[in-house]
Amino acid sequence: MELITPGLGLIFWMTLAFLFLVFVLGKFAWKPILLMLKEREVSIHEALNAANQAREEMKQLKFSNEQLLQEAKNERDAILNEARKIRDKMIEEARIKASEEASRIVEGAKASINNEKMAAMTELKNQIAESSLTLAKFILKRELSDPKKQEEYVQELLKEIKFN
Amino acid sequence: MTANRSYLPVIRFAALSLLIWVLFTARMAASVQDHTMLVPASDTIFEQKGESEHGAEGKFNAGEMIMEHVLDNHEWHVAEIGNVHLTIPLPVILLYDGKLYAFLSSRFHNETHSYKGFTLEPEGPHKGKIVREGAGGNAAAEGPAVYDFSITKIAFAILLNSFLLAVIFISVAGAYTRNKGKAPSGLQSLVEPLIVFVRDDIAKSSIGEKKYEKFMPFLLTLFFFIILNNLLGLVPFFPGGANVTGNIAVTLVMAVFTFIITTVNGNKHYWVDIINTPGVPWWLKFPVPLMPIVEIIGIITKPFVLMIRLFANITAGHIIVLGFVSLIFIFGAISAALGLGVSVVSVAFMIFMNLLELLVAFIQAYVFTLLSALYFGLATIEPEHH
Repeated sequence: MELITPGLGLIFWMTLAFLFLVFVLGKFAWKPILLMLKEREVSIHEALNAANQAREEMKQLKFSNEQLLQEAKNERDAILNEARKIRDKMIEEARIKASEEASRIVEGAKASINNEKMAAMTELKNQIAESSLTLAKFILKRELSDPKKQEEYVQELLKEIKFN
Repeated sequence: MTANRSYLPVIRFAALSLLIWVLFTARMAASVQDHTMLVPASDTIFEQKGESEHGAEGKFNAGEMIMEHVLDNHEWHVAEIGNVHLTIPLPVILLYDGKLYAFLSSRFHNETHSYKGFTLEPEGPHKGKIVREGAGGNAAAEGPAVYDFSITKIAFAILLNSFLLAVIFISVAGAYTRNKGKAPSGLQSLVEPLIVFVRDDIAKSSIGEKKYEKFMPFLLTLFFFIILNNLLGLVPFFPGGANVTGNIAVTLVMAVFTFIITTVNGNKHYWVDIINTPGVPWWLKFPVPLMPIVEIIGIITKPFVLMIRLFANITAGHIIVLGFVSLIFIFGAISAALGLGVSVVSVAFMIFMNLLELLVAFIQAYVFTLLSALYFGLATIEPEHH
Protein backbone atom coordinates (compact mmCIF):
# COMPACT_ATOMS: atom_id res chain seq x y z
CA MET A 1 0.00 0.00 0.00
CA GLU A 2 2.85 2.33 0.80
CA LEU A 3 4.02 1.82 -2.74
CA ILE A 4 1.06 3.72 -4.16
CA THR A 5 0.67 6.28 -1.39
CA PRO A 6 2.55 9.45 -2.26
CA GLY A 7 4.44 10.76 0.74
CA LEU A 8 3.88 14.35 1.79
CA GLY A 9 7.57 15.08 2.37
CA LEU A 10 8.58 13.70 -0.98
CA ILE A 11 5.90 15.72 -2.78
CA PHE A 12 7.22 18.82 -1.02
CA TRP A 13 10.88 18.21 -1.86
CA MET A 14 10.13 17.06 -5.39
CA THR A 15 8.04 20.16 -6.08
CA LEU A 16 10.76 22.36 -4.69
CA ALA A 17 13.53 20.63 -6.62
CA PHE A 18 11.58 20.51 -9.85
CA LEU A 19 10.51 24.15 -9.73
CA PHE A 20 14.08 25.11 -8.93
CA LEU A 21 15.29 23.06 -11.89
CA VAL A 22 12.74 24.48 -14.30
CA PHE A 23 13.61 28.04 -13.38
CA VAL A 24 17.35 27.72 -13.02
CA LEU A 25 17.82 25.55 -16.08
CA GLY A 26 15.28 27.60 -18.00
CA LYS A 27 17.26 30.75 -17.34
CA PHE A 28 20.84 29.52 -17.38
CA ALA A 29 20.74 26.46 -19.61
CA TRP A 30 17.80 26.01 -21.94
CA LYS A 31 17.54 29.61 -22.98
CA PRO A 32 21.16 30.05 -24.13
CA ILE A 33 21.33 26.52 -25.54
CA LEU A 34 18.19 26.86 -27.61
CA LEU A 35 19.22 30.31 -28.73
CA MET A 36 22.64 29.08 -29.83
CA LEU A 37 21.13 26.06 -31.56
CA LYS A 38 18.74 28.30 -33.44
CA GLU A 39 21.49 30.72 -34.35
CA ARG A 40 23.66 27.93 -35.60
CA GLU A 41 20.84 26.44 -37.61
CA VAL A 42 20.08 29.80 -39.14
CA SER A 43 23.73 30.35 -40.01
CA ILE A 44 24.03 26.87 -41.51
CA HIS A 45 20.87 27.47 -43.48
CA GLU A 46 22.19 30.79 -44.73
CA ALA A 47 25.56 29.29 -45.61
CA LEU A 48 23.88 26.54 -47.58
CA ASN A 49 21.72 29.05 -49.37
CA ALA A 50 24.73 31.20 -50.17
CA ALA A 51 26.62 28.17 -51.48
CA ASN A 52 23.67 27.24 -53.64
CA GLN A 53 23.42 30.75 -54.95
CA ALA A 54 27.15 30.84 -55.66
CA ARG A 55 26.90 27.55 -57.52
CA GLU A 56 24.00 28.89 -59.52
CA GLU A 57 25.95 32.02 -60.32
CA MET A 58 28.97 30.00 -61.31
CA LYS A 59 26.82 27.96 -63.61
CA GLN A 60 25.41 31.11 -65.11
CA LEU A 61 28.88 32.60 -65.43
CA LYS A 62 30.19 29.48 -67.08
CA PHE A 63 27.23 29.46 -69.37
CA SER A 64 27.73 33.08 -70.33
CA ASN A 65 31.45 32.45 -70.77
CA GLU A 66 30.72 29.64 -73.11
CA GLN A 67 28.25 31.79 -74.88
CA LEU A 68 30.83 34.52 -75.21
CA LEU A 69 33.38 32.07 -76.52
CA GLN A 70 30.90 30.69 -78.99
CA GLU A 71 30.06 34.19 -80.11
CA ALA A 72 33.70 35.02 -80.51
CA LYS A 73 34.22 31.88 -82.56
CA ASN A 74 31.28 32.72 -84.72
CA GLU A 75 32.57 36.20 -85.15
CA ARG A 76 35.99 34.93 -86.07
CA ASP A 77 34.50 32.52 -88.57
CA ALA A 78 32.39 35.28 -90.01
CA ILE A 79 35.40 37.58 -90.28
CA LEU A 80 37.46 34.86 -91.89
CA ASN A 81 34.68 34.13 -94.31
CA GLU A 82 34.35 37.76 -95.09
CA ALA A 83 38.09 38.07 -95.58
CA ARG A 84 38.14 35.05 -97.83
CA LYS A 85 35.34 36.50 -99.86
CA ILE A 86 37.06 39.86 -100.08
CA ARG A 87 40.29 38.18 -101.07
CA ASP A 88 38.56 36.17 -103.77
CA LYS A 89 36.82 39.26 -104.96
CA MET A 90 40.06 41.23 -104.99
CA ILE A 91 41.83 38.51 -106.93
CA GLU A 92 38.97 38.34 -109.36
CA GLU A 93 38.95 42.07 -109.72
CA ALA A 94 42.67 42.16 -110.15
CA ARG A 95 42.52 39.48 -112.76
CA ILE A 96 39.81 41.29 -114.64
CA LYS A 97 41.71 44.50 -114.31
CA ALA A 98 44.91 42.84 -115.47
CA SER A 99 43.30 41.24 -118.46
CA GLU A 100 41.64 44.52 -119.26
CA GLU A 101 44.98 46.23 -119.00
CA ALA A 102 46.57 43.60 -121.09
CA SER A 103 44.01 43.91 -123.78
CA ARG A 104 44.30 47.64 -123.55
CA ILE A 105 48.06 47.38 -123.93
CA VAL A 106 47.64 45.02 -126.86
CA GLU A 107 45.13 47.42 -128.31
CA GLY A 108 47.54 50.29 -127.80
CA ALA A 109 50.32 48.27 -129.33
CA LYS A 110 48.19 47.43 -132.28
CA ALA A 111 47.29 51.08 -132.71
CA SER A 112 50.89 52.14 -132.42
CA ILE A 113 51.98 49.43 -134.85
CA ASN A 114 49.36 50.70 -137.23
CA ASN A 115 50.54 54.21 -136.71
CA GLU A 116 54.11 53.12 -137.23
CA LYS A 117 53.07 51.30 -140.35
CA MET A 118 51.25 54.33 -141.59
CA ALA A 119 54.25 56.48 -140.82
CA ALA A 120 56.50 53.99 -142.58
CA MET A 121 54.20 53.97 -145.55
CA THR A 122 54.17 57.72 -145.65
CA GLU A 123 57.92 57.76 -145.41
CA LEU A 124 58.09 55.12 -148.10
CA LYS A 125 55.82 57.17 -150.28
CA ASN A 126 57.94 60.18 -149.60
CA GLN A 127 61.02 58.08 -150.38
CA ILE A 128 59.38 56.87 -153.51
CA ALA A 129 58.43 60.36 -154.45
CA GLU A 130 61.92 61.52 -153.73
CA SER A 131 63.39 58.60 -155.65
CA SER A 132 61.00 59.29 -158.46
CA LEU A 133 62.15 62.83 -158.41
CA THR A 134 65.80 61.78 -158.41
CA LEU A 135 65.02 59.34 -161.17
CA ALA A 136 63.20 61.95 -163.02
CA LYS A 137 66.17 64.22 -162.56
CA PHE A 138 68.47 61.55 -163.99
CA ILE A 139 66.08 60.87 -166.84
CA LEU A 140 65.81 64.50 -167.49
CA LYS A 141 69.55 64.74 -167.55
CA ARG A 142 69.79 61.99 -170.15
CA GLU A 143 66.83 63.20 -172.23
CA LEU A 144 69.02 64.93 -174.70
CA SER A 145 70.90 61.83 -175.65
CA ASP A 146 69.41 58.91 -177.41
CA PRO A 147 65.76 58.49 -176.91
CA LYS A 148 66.20 54.81 -177.27
CA LYS A 149 68.66 54.69 -174.60
CA GLN A 150 66.39 56.84 -172.68
CA GLU A 151 63.77 54.28 -172.92
CA GLU A 152 66.14 51.59 -171.92
CA TYR A 153 67.35 53.54 -169.07
CA VAL A 154 63.90 54.20 -167.82
CA GLN A 155 63.23 50.51 -168.04
CA GLU A 156 66.33 49.80 -166.05
CA LEU A 157 65.53 52.31 -163.46
CA LEU A 158 62.08 51.00 -163.09
CA LYS A 159 63.56 47.62 -162.51
CA GLU A 160 65.68 49.06 -159.81
CA ILE A 161 62.88 50.82 -158.18
CA LYS A 162 60.81 47.69 -157.91
CA PHE A 163 60.05 48.10 -154.29
CA ASN A 164 56.84 46.65 -153.46
CA MET B 1 32.44 -0.88 -38.29
CA THR B 2 32.87 2.66 -37.08
CA ALA B 3 29.20 2.75 -36.13
CA ASN B 4 29.61 -0.32 -33.98
CA ARG B 5 32.70 1.14 -32.45
CA SER B 6 30.88 4.16 -31.10
CA TYR B 7 28.52 1.93 -29.16
CA LEU B 8 31.33 0.00 -27.60
CA PRO B 9 32.03 2.31 -24.64
CA VAL B 10 28.32 2.48 -23.85
CA ILE B 11 28.00 -1.29 -23.85
CA ARG B 12 31.17 -1.64 -21.83
CA PHE B 13 29.90 0.86 -19.30
CA ALA B 14 26.54 -0.85 -19.09
CA ALA B 15 28.14 -4.26 -18.68
CA LEU B 16 30.48 -3.00 -15.99
CA SER B 17 27.76 -1.28 -14.03
CA LEU B 18 25.60 -4.36 -14.37
CA LEU B 19 28.33 -6.57 -13.04
CA ILE B 20 28.92 -4.31 -10.06
CA TRP B 21 25.22 -4.03 -9.55
CA VAL B 22 24.73 -7.78 -9.61
CA LEU B 23 27.52 -8.36 -7.13
CA PHE B 24 26.26 -5.59 -4.94
CA THR B 25 22.62 -6.62 -4.88
CA ALA B 26 23.76 -10.10 -4.12
CA ARG B 27 25.49 -8.77 -1.02
CA MET B 28 22.51 -6.63 -0.14
CA ALA B 29 20.25 -9.59 -0.44
CA ALA B 30 22.55 -11.56 1.79
CA SER B 31 22.36 -8.80 4.35
CA VAL B 32 18.61 -8.89 4.32
CA GLN B 33 18.68 -12.04 6.38
CA ASP B 34 19.74 -10.00 9.37
CA HIS B 35 18.35 -6.70 8.39
CA THR B 36 16.23 -5.74 11.34
CA MET B 37 19.38 -4.68 13.00
CA LEU B 38 18.42 -1.43 14.64
CA VAL B 39 21.10 -1.70 17.27
CA PRO B 40 21.64 0.82 20.09
CA ALA B 41 21.95 4.41 19.04
CA SER B 42 25.18 5.76 17.75
CA ASP B 43 25.83 8.86 15.71
CA THR B 44 28.46 7.17 13.62
CA ILE B 45 27.47 5.72 10.34
CA PHE B 46 29.23 2.48 11.15
CA GLU B 47 27.49 0.01 13.29
CA GLN B 48 29.09 -3.01 14.79
CA LYS B 49 26.71 -5.86 14.91
CA GLY B 50 26.88 -8.26 17.80
CA GLU B 51 27.55 -11.87 16.99
CA SER B 52 24.73 -12.93 19.23
CA GLU B 53 22.10 -11.29 17.07
CA HIS B 54 23.54 -12.81 13.97
CA GLY B 55 21.53 -15.53 12.43
CA ALA B 56 18.65 -15.10 14.85
CA GLU B 57 16.35 -13.74 12.15
CA GLY B 58 17.05 -16.71 9.92
CA LYS B 59 14.70 -16.83 6.94
CA PHE B 60 15.17 -14.78 3.81
CA ASN B 61 12.02 -12.90 2.86
CA ALA B 62 12.09 -12.02 -0.82
CA GLY B 63 9.02 -9.73 -0.72
CA GLU B 64 10.35 -7.76 2.19
CA MET B 65 13.77 -7.37 0.58
CA ILE B 66 12.32 -6.21 -2.73
CA MET B 67 9.96 -3.73 -1.09
CA GLU B 68 12.76 -2.32 0.99
CA HIS B 69 14.75 -1.57 -2.13
CA VAL B 70 11.86 -0.15 -4.08
CA LEU B 71 10.42 2.00 -1.29
CA ASP B 72 11.71 5.08 0.40
CA ASN B 73 13.77 5.04 3.57
CA HIS B 74 14.87 7.44 6.28
CA GLU B 75 18.49 6.42 5.88
CA TRP B 76 20.65 5.30 3.02
CA HIS B 77 22.10 1.86 3.45
CA VAL B 78 25.18 2.00 1.25
CA ALA B 79 26.99 -1.24 1.90
CA GLU B 80 27.65 -3.93 4.39
CA ILE B 81 31.21 -5.00 4.81
CA GLY B 82 31.39 -8.03 7.01
CA ASN B 83 29.37 -7.06 10.06
CA VAL B 84 29.79 -3.34 9.52
CA HIS B 85 26.86 -1.56 7.99
CA LEU B 86 27.77 1.55 6.05
CA THR B 87 24.67 3.63 6.41
CA ILE B 88 24.24 7.32 5.72
CA PRO B 89 21.86 8.90 8.23
CA LEU B 90 19.56 11.44 6.62
CA PRO B 91 17.91 14.45 8.22
CA VAL B 92 14.48 13.94 9.72
CA ILE B 93 12.29 17.03 9.57
CA LEU B 94 8.95 16.80 11.32
CA LEU B 95 6.12 19.25 11.66
CA TYR B 96 4.07 18.35 14.69
CA ASP B 97 1.52 20.50 16.47
CA GLY B 98 2.87 23.68 14.85
CA LYS B 99 6.46 22.94 15.86
CA LEU B 100 9.37 21.94 13.70
CA TYR B 101 11.67 19.11 14.75
CA ALA B 102 14.89 18.34 12.93
CA PHE B 103 17.46 15.67 13.74
CA LEU B 104 19.41 12.89 12.07
CA SER B 105 17.71 9.60 11.47
CA SER B 106 20.46 7.78 13.35
CA ARG B 107 18.81 9.08 16.56
CA PHE B 108 16.22 6.38 16.10
CA HIS B 109 18.83 3.69 16.55
CA ASN B 110 17.89 2.66 20.07
CA GLU B 111 15.83 0.10 21.94
CA THR B 112 12.48 1.77 21.37
CA HIS B 113 13.31 3.29 17.97
CA SER B 114 12.19 6.58 19.49
CA TYR B 115 13.59 10.08 19.84
CA LYS B 116 12.00 13.28 21.13
CA GLY B 117 8.65 11.57 21.39
CA PHE B 118 8.60 10.17 17.88
CA THR B 119 8.94 6.57 16.85
CA LEU B 120 10.19 5.14 13.60
CA GLU B 121 7.89 2.16 13.33
CA PRO B 122 10.02 -0.95 12.94
CA GLU B 123 7.17 -3.31 12.07
CA GLY B 124 3.53 -3.47 11.21
CA PRO B 125 1.39 -1.63 8.67
CA HIS B 126 3.20 1.65 9.31
CA LYS B 127 6.69 0.20 8.99
CA GLY B 128 9.18 2.92 8.13
CA LYS B 129 6.77 5.70 9.08
CA ILE B 130 7.42 8.16 11.85
CA VAL B 131 4.60 8.34 14.37
CA ARG B 132 4.10 9.77 17.83
CA GLU B 133 5.68 7.65 20.51
CA GLY B 134 3.31 5.11 21.95
CA ALA B 135 0.70 5.66 19.30
CA GLY B 136 1.49 2.29 17.80
CA GLY B 137 -0.57 1.02 14.93
CA ASN B 138 -3.39 3.55 15.07
CA ALA B 139 -1.30 6.67 14.85
CA ALA B 140 -3.80 8.56 12.82
CA ALA B 141 -6.57 8.03 15.33
CA GLU B 142 -5.58 10.42 18.11
CA GLY B 143 -3.94 13.81 18.44
CA PRO B 144 -2.49 16.05 15.78
CA ALA B 145 -0.89 14.37 12.82
CA VAL B 146 2.86 14.17 12.30
CA TYR B 147 3.83 15.82 9.06
CA ASP B 148 7.00 14.22 7.79
CA PHE B 149 9.15 16.51 5.64
CA SER B 150 12.28 14.42 6.10
CA ILE B 151 15.00 14.37 3.51
CA THR B 152 14.54 10.69 2.89
CA LYS B 153 16.62 8.51 0.64
CA ILE B 154 14.56 9.46 -2.42
CA ALA B 155 14.31 13.14 -1.47
CA PHE B 156 18.07 13.16 -1.02
CA ALA B 157 18.51 11.50 -4.41
CA ILE B 158 16.15 14.05 -5.99
CA LEU B 159 18.17 16.94 -4.59
CA LEU B 160 21.48 15.35 -5.52
CA ASN B 161 20.39 14.46 -9.05
CA SER B 162 18.80 17.86 -9.56
CA PHE B 163 22.06 19.45 -8.55
CA LEU B 164 23.87 17.13 -10.96
CA LEU B 165 21.42 18.02 -13.71
CA ALA B 166 21.89 21.73 -13.07
CA VAL B 167 25.68 21.39 -13.11
CA ILE B 168 25.64 19.33 -16.31
CA PHE B 169 23.39 21.63 -18.28
CA ILE B 170 24.76 24.91 -17.05
CA SER B 171 28.22 23.71 -18.06
CA VAL B 172 26.81 22.61 -21.42
CA ALA B 173 25.24 26.04 -21.82
CA GLY B 174 28.67 27.49 -21.08
CA ALA B 175 30.14 25.30 -23.79
CA TYR B 176 27.56 26.65 -26.21
CA THR B 177 28.54 30.21 -25.44
CA ARG B 178 32.24 29.35 -25.65
CA ASN B 179 31.99 27.33 -28.84
CA LYS B 180 29.71 29.82 -30.49
CA GLY B 181 29.48 29.13 -34.20
CA LYS B 182 31.57 25.98 -33.89
CA ALA B 183 30.73 22.30 -33.91
CA PRO B 184 29.70 20.89 -30.50
CA SER B 185 32.29 19.04 -28.47
CA GLY B 186 32.43 16.77 -25.44
CA LEU B 187 29.40 16.64 -23.18
CA GLN B 188 27.76 19.18 -25.45
CA SER B 189 27.75 16.77 -28.36
CA LEU B 190 26.30 14.05 -26.12
CA VAL B 191 23.26 16.05 -25.04
CA GLU B 192 22.74 18.10 -28.19
CA PRO B 193 21.01 15.30 -30.13
CA LEU B 194 18.69 14.78 -27.16
CA ILE B 195 17.91 18.49 -26.89
CA VAL B 196 17.25 18.69 -30.62
CA PHE B 197 15.19 15.51 -30.37
CA VAL B 198 13.02 17.00 -27.63
CA ARG B 199 12.69 20.24 -29.56
CA ASP B 200 11.96 18.84 -33.01
CA ASP B 201 10.34 15.46 -32.49
CA ILE B 202 8.49 16.16 -29.27
CA ALA B 203 7.73 19.87 -28.92
CA LYS B 204 7.54 21.07 -32.51
CA SER B 205 5.63 18.09 -33.82
CA SER B 206 3.11 18.06 -30.95
CA ILE B 207 2.64 21.74 -30.17
CA GLY B 208 3.48 23.35 -33.48
CA GLU B 209 6.08 25.80 -34.72
CA LYS B 210 4.39 28.87 -33.33
CA LYS B 211 3.85 28.04 -29.69
CA TYR B 212 6.37 25.37 -28.77
CA GLU B 213 9.00 27.73 -27.41
CA LYS B 214 7.01 28.65 -24.33
CA PHE B 215 6.91 25.02 -23.21
CA MET B 216 10.52 24.14 -23.97
CA PRO B 217 12.00 24.82 -20.50
CA PHE B 218 9.45 22.54 -18.85
CA LEU B 219 9.67 19.79 -21.46
CA LEU B 220 13.47 19.74 -21.51
CA THR B 221 13.67 19.74 -17.71
CA LEU B 222 11.08 16.99 -17.54
CA PHE B 223 12.83 14.84 -20.12
CA PHE B 224 16.29 15.14 -18.65
CA PHE B 225 15.07 14.81 -15.06
CA ILE B 226 13.29 11.56 -15.87
CA ILE B 227 16.07 10.11 -18.00
CA LEU B 228 18.80 10.97 -15.50
CA ASN B 229 16.87 9.56 -12.56
CA ASN B 230 15.88 6.46 -14.54
CA LEU B 231 19.49 5.78 -15.42
CA LEU B 232 20.85 6.56 -11.97
CA GLY B 233 18.14 4.31 -10.54
CA LEU B 234 19.75 1.46 -12.44
CA VAL B 235 23.17 2.15 -10.98
CA PRO B 236 23.38 -0.17 -8.00
CA PHE B 237 25.81 1.69 -5.76
CA PHE B 238 25.57 4.74 -3.58
CA PRO B 239 24.74 7.91 -5.48
CA GLY B 240 22.45 5.90 -7.72
CA GLY B 241 20.10 3.12 -6.86
CA ALA B 242 17.34 5.22 -5.37
CA ASN B 243 14.05 4.39 -7.01
CA VAL B 244 13.24 8.06 -7.75
CA THR B 245 11.10 7.82 -10.87
CA GLY B 246 9.54 4.64 -9.48
CA ASN B 247 8.12 6.60 -6.57
CA ILE B 248 4.56 7.72 -6.98
CA ALA B 249 5.08 11.05 -5.20
CA VAL B 250 7.71 12.01 -7.75
CA THR B 251 5.63 11.05 -10.77
CA LEU B 252 2.62 12.68 -9.11
CA VAL B 253 4.40 16.02 -8.89
CA MET B 254 5.49 15.88 -12.52
CA ALA B 255 2.01 14.88 -13.68
CA VAL B 256 0.49 17.69 -11.63
CA PHE B 257 2.84 20.16 -13.32
CA THR B 258 1.73 18.87 -16.70
CA PHE B 259 -1.89 19.19 -15.59
CA ILE B 260 -1.43 22.74 -14.31
CA ILE B 261 0.38 23.90 -17.43
CA THR B 262 -2.25 22.30 -19.67
CA THR B 263 -5.09 23.89 -17.75
CA VAL B 264 -3.52 27.32 -17.50
CA ASN B 265 -2.69 27.40 -21.19
CA GLY B 266 -6.00 25.98 -22.41
CA ASN B 267 -7.52 28.39 -24.91
CA LYS B 268 -11.18 29.02 -25.65
CA HIS B 269 -11.26 26.32 -28.30
CA TYR B 270 -9.96 23.75 -25.78
CA TRP B 271 -12.64 24.47 -23.21
CA VAL B 272 -15.41 24.71 -25.80
CA ASP B 273 -14.41 21.30 -27.10
CA ILE B 274 -14.67 19.91 -23.58
CA ILE B 275 -18.07 21.43 -22.79
CA ASN B 276 -19.53 20.99 -26.26
CA THR B 277 -17.64 18.17 -27.89
CA PRO B 278 -17.92 18.43 -31.66
CA GLY B 279 -18.87 15.46 -33.78
CA VAL B 280 -21.00 13.85 -31.07
CA PRO B 281 -24.81 13.37 -31.29
CA TRP B 282 -26.65 16.08 -29.35
CA TRP B 283 -28.48 13.63 -27.09
CA LEU B 284 -25.17 12.69 -25.55
CA LYS B 285 -24.82 16.27 -24.39
CA PHE B 286 -28.19 17.75 -23.76
CA PRO B 287 -30.53 16.34 -21.12
CA VAL B 288 -27.76 14.38 -19.44
CA PRO B 289 -24.36 16.00 -20.14
CA LEU B 290 -22.67 12.67 -20.62
CA MET B 291 -19.91 13.75 -22.98
CA PRO B 292 -18.95 16.85 -20.98
CA ILE B 293 -18.64 14.68 -17.89
CA VAL B 294 -16.49 12.18 -19.75
CA GLU B 295 -14.33 14.98 -21.09
CA ILE B 296 -13.90 16.60 -17.68
CA ILE B 297 -12.92 13.24 -16.21
CA GLY B 298 -10.52 12.99 -19.15
CA ILE B 299 -8.73 16.15 -18.04
CA ILE B 300 -7.87 14.38 -14.81
CA THR B 301 -7.21 10.92 -16.18
CA LYS B 302 -4.60 12.14 -18.67
CA PRO B 303 -2.06 13.27 -16.05
CA PHE B 304 -3.17 10.43 -13.78
CA VAL B 305 -2.17 7.93 -16.43
CA LEU B 306 1.14 9.76 -16.89
CA MET B 307 1.79 9.36 -13.18
CA ILE B 308 0.91 5.66 -13.08
CA ARG B 309 2.77 4.75 -16.28
CA LEU B 310 6.17 6.04 -15.26
CA PHE B 311 5.84 4.83 -11.68
CA ALA B 312 4.67 1.36 -12.69
CA ASN B 313 7.23 0.87 -15.45
CA ILE B 314 10.21 1.79 -13.37
CA THR B 315 9.06 0.04 -10.22
CA ALA B 316 8.17 -3.10 -12.16
CA GLY B 317 11.62 -3.14 -13.74
CA HIS B 318 13.27 -2.87 -10.33
CA ILE B 319 11.03 -5.54 -8.86
CA ILE B 320 11.76 -8.00 -11.67
CA VAL B 321 15.51 -7.55 -11.36
CA LEU B 322 15.34 -7.88 -7.59
CA GLY B 323 13.13 -10.92 -8.07
CA PHE B 324 15.87 -12.63 -10.03
CA VAL B 325 18.31 -11.83 -7.24
CA SER B 326 15.90 -13.28 -4.70
CA LEU B 327 15.62 -16.49 -6.69
CA ILE B 328 19.29 -17.19 -6.06
CA PHE B 329 18.83 -16.92 -2.31
CA ILE B 330 15.56 -18.81 -2.20
CA PHE B 331 17.14 -21.74 -4.03
CA GLY B 332 20.37 -21.23 -2.16
CA ALA B 333 18.51 -21.76 1.11
CA ILE B 334 17.38 -25.16 -0.15
CA SER B 335 20.81 -26.23 -1.28
CA ALA B 336 24.01 -24.41 -2.07
CA ALA B 337 24.46 -26.25 -5.37
CA LEU B 338 20.94 -25.41 -6.48
CA GLY B 339 21.52 -21.77 -5.62
CA LEU B 340 24.70 -21.76 -7.63
CA GLY B 341 22.94 -23.34 -10.61
CA VAL B 342 20.05 -20.92 -10.46
CA SER B 343 22.40 -17.97 -10.12
CA VAL B 344 23.74 -18.57 -13.60
CA VAL B 345 20.27 -18.32 -15.10
CA SER B 346 19.29 -15.48 -12.77
CA VAL B 347 22.31 -13.38 -13.60
CA ALA B 348 21.71 -13.93 -17.32
CA PHE B 349 18.12 -12.78 -16.91
CA MET B 350 19.19 -9.86 -14.74
CA ILE B 351 21.61 -8.66 -17.39
CA PHE B 352 18.90 -8.98 -19.98
CA MET B 353 16.45 -7.10 -17.76
CA ASN B 354 18.94 -4.38 -17.03
CA LEU B 355 19.60 -3.86 -20.72
CA LEU B 356 15.85 -3.72 -21.21
CA GLU B 357 15.66 -1.20 -18.38
CA LEU B 358 18.20 1.01 -20.15
CA LEU B 359 15.82 1.07 -23.08
CA VAL B 360 12.83 1.62 -20.80
CA ALA B 361 14.65 4.50 -19.09
CA PHE B 362 14.79 6.32 -22.38
CA ILE B 363 11.36 5.27 -23.64
CA GLN B 364 9.59 6.32 -20.45
CA ALA B 365 11.28 9.72 -20.44
CA TYR B 366 10.27 10.08 -24.08
CA VAL B 367 6.67 8.97 -23.50
CA PHE B 368 6.13 11.21 -20.47
CA THR B 369 7.54 14.22 -22.30
CA LEU B 370 5.76 13.45 -25.56
CA LEU B 371 2.37 13.01 -23.88
CA SER B 372 2.84 16.21 -21.87
CA ALA B 373 3.69 18.01 -25.11
CA LEU B 374 0.63 16.49 -26.80
CA TYR B 375 -1.61 17.72 -24.00
CA PHE B 376 -0.08 21.20 -24.30
CA GLY B 377 -0.64 20.99 -28.04
CA LEU B 378 -4.26 20.04 -27.56
CA ALA B 379 -4.76 22.90 -25.11
CA THR B 380 -3.24 25.53 -27.38
CA ILE B 381 -4.39 24.36 -30.83
CA GLU B 382 -6.23 27.01 -32.80
CA PRO B 383 -9.55 26.03 -34.40
CA GLU B 384 -9.19 25.27 -38.08
CA HIS B 385 -10.68 27.85 -40.37
CA HIS B 386 -12.40 26.34 -43.32
